[in-house]
Amino acid sequence: MSLELLKEKGTPLDQQRFTWQELAPEPYSKLNVDAFTRVRVILMNGVESDAVRFSHAAARVNRGLVPVLANLRRVEQHQQTLINWLHPADQTPLETALGFEQVAIEVTASVAQHEPDAYLAQVYRFGMLEDFDHLYRFSALYDRLEGKDANALLQSYTDILPGRPTSAEHRAPVDDVRQSYDRKLAHPLSKLNALLITAAEHQTRDYYMTIGPMFADPLARQLYAEIASIEEQHVTQYGSLSDPDERWLEKWLLHEAMEVYAYHSCAEAETHPRLKPIWERFLDYELGHLHLVRRLFEDIERRDAAEFLPDRLPAPLDFKSHRDFVRRVLTRELDLRAVGTELVDKAEVPRASPSNAYREQMNSAGSPSETVAAGWRWMPGTELTLDAVTPKRFGTVKEGLRS
Amino acid sequence: MKESTTPGANRSGMAVSPLMAREMLEVTNLTTPSARGTAADALAPRIEYARRAGPAATVPPPASLKELAKTALKALRGHKATVLADKLGERLAFERSGARLYEGILAKLDVHGTWRGGPSRAQLERIHADELKHFLMLHQTIQEMGSDPTAVTPSANVAATASAGLLTVISDPRTNLRESLEAIAIAELVDNDCWERLAALARASGMKELAARFDGALQDEQQHLTWVRRWLAAALASAVGVTASAEEKVRTQLASGSRAAPRRSPIARPRGGGVKRVARPVASAKVRRKKPARRR
Repeated sequence: MSLELLKEKGTPLDQQRFTWQELAPEPYSKLNVDAFTRVRVILMNGVESDAVRFSHAAARVNRGLVPVLANLRRVEQHQQTLINWLHPADQTPLETALGFEQVAIEVTASVAQHEPDAYLAQVYRFGMLEDFDHLYRFSALYDRLEGKDANALLQSYTDILPGRPTSAEHRAPVDDVRQSYDRKLAHPLSKLNALLITAAEHQTRDYYMTIGPMFADPLARQLYAEIASIEEQHVTQYGSLSDPDERWLEKWLLHEAMEVYAYHSCAEAETHPRLKPIWERFLDYELGHLHLVRRLFEDIERRDAAEFLPDRLPAPLDFKSHRDFVRRVLTRELDLRAVGTELVDKAEVPRASPSNAYREQMNSAGSPSETVAAGWRWMPGTELTLDAVTPKRFGTVKEGLRS
Repeated sequence: MKESTTPGANRSGMAVSPLMAREMLEVTNLTTPSARGTAADALAPRIEYARRAGPAATVPPPASLKELAKTALKALRGHKATVLADKLGERLAFERSGARLYEGILAKLDVHGTWRGGPSRAQLERIHADELKHFLMLHQTIQEMGSDPTAVTPSANVAATASAGLLTVISDPRTNLRESLEAIAIAELVDNDCWERLAALARASGMKELAARFDGALQDEQQHLTWVRRWLAAALASAVGVTASAEEKVRTQLASGSRAAPRRSPIARPRGGGVKRVARPVASAKVRRKKPARRR
């Protein structure tokens, strides 16, 4: 049932309290939990991380808002902590990275299908195929470095297949910037979608930048460097979808609305008995934030928030496998490339495209994403299952290159 | 290539900066802890959380009870079956990841070469093949049990968490073959113990055929451990200029509690000048060593 966004008041800010023990809750079980619970934890950590990021940026240029931004930001900080601390310690950084890519595929697929604007929907499909490829590369790394099967975490919801090759995703910055929606004309859901996916991608970028150097294997370090770079491109791409002419308070209000929408979606879908109340509690917290910021917006900007906020929340995100949709997009749109803000077939990319020169330079000493998955295809229980059935000598690298 | 045992600019010890170290020592007198208590207090949250916490994971249900009824494992029912499934899953994951660890060791051999008494490529390839053979045998056994060989069992997860550091050592390009073998020695010790327990569990449950399969794997693992120990003994002995056999003799004496063992160092140079020199490890060829002082 959709939630009445402008009527629900939620929890007042002064009643949003925590203890240190609450911030470090018992983590979920990485093996027993449904993969979409992990997806939601990763997504909402990203959403809260973006709330804090936005708040700091806003405080740098809005003297009058500094105290109220600080007040709300403290709660967002603790919301993020509680959510992020749900990850268990036995879930390795690489395993969590697999979860990040599952978020980027399944949540973006949901957004792409509900997005009312055709151009924006195409941008989401475009980015989704790139994250789809990242999942394939990380799964190969997980198999070849640790001898483990990524599907044990993905739980067969998401295909492990090559998408648009990561090595082909490197673009000049000018080809990562997209057309923004028009703040006066865009559907409210378009605004929420852009903020949501930007938040998720930004956290992915930050996560890879943090964990990349924790690996000893040089190929893993290179791969994280390469994919973190694409995630940075994605932040540029999705970030550029929001209208830069929105005022700070308008953006803030939209961000709070997006957080309400995301928590509402999580609360509706959650099956984990301990996590569902967390989403419900934070939904109420976010409604409290929304109404506080709405009052600020209406007092300072002298505009009615109902101009751009919907009365009721849109249909929640579909936390489910979008296998058929993803395969369809894979078949039809794999060869799309970006030229400026447009997405065109790769045959139409001018030879002098700045992305060609950039990509050639970055890949000139070899491509980690190609190396890690050389000859690799997903097999239940890792590619070693095949090697065990048909034993063969493990050759040297030189022999491998000759074969 | 520079060796990790070559003296260099390691700054972790206080002796590197004696003046500041003296000032740091004042800290022990300057400190008044903000809360009373001991290290035991820091364990209190762990105890509190542990009382509330459920298991980190549980064993997946058998995929097919019909399959179980068809096999030699039909004697197993209920809890016994899940205990075995958990431990089989652990070994399967360990052997499979072990194959990847040995691929890392092979890469180290290709870069650094070996030493006299060190591993040959053929030996390492044999171990790698054994790990895969054991993985396949376990895969089949788990299927015969009606369980799912793709599932990660709780014990498999604990073993993976415990051995994560081994992968870090072996996949680090800055560690050499000897250091990587030090890590693999931990894996082989665990492997030997676990196969032994698994075979005993199968035997105690009346599953002779299964116990025989596990005994076969145990024999392979015993061979691996013997080799790894010898390689490491040879590497260390070579680095300090004693024969591998002398070092091994001392280690054996120590293990048996013999009084003949020297008190200070298990790798002390034996009496007499008739020591046969062994080749240095390839990677340490440039390291100059002092001649050991002749004993009076």
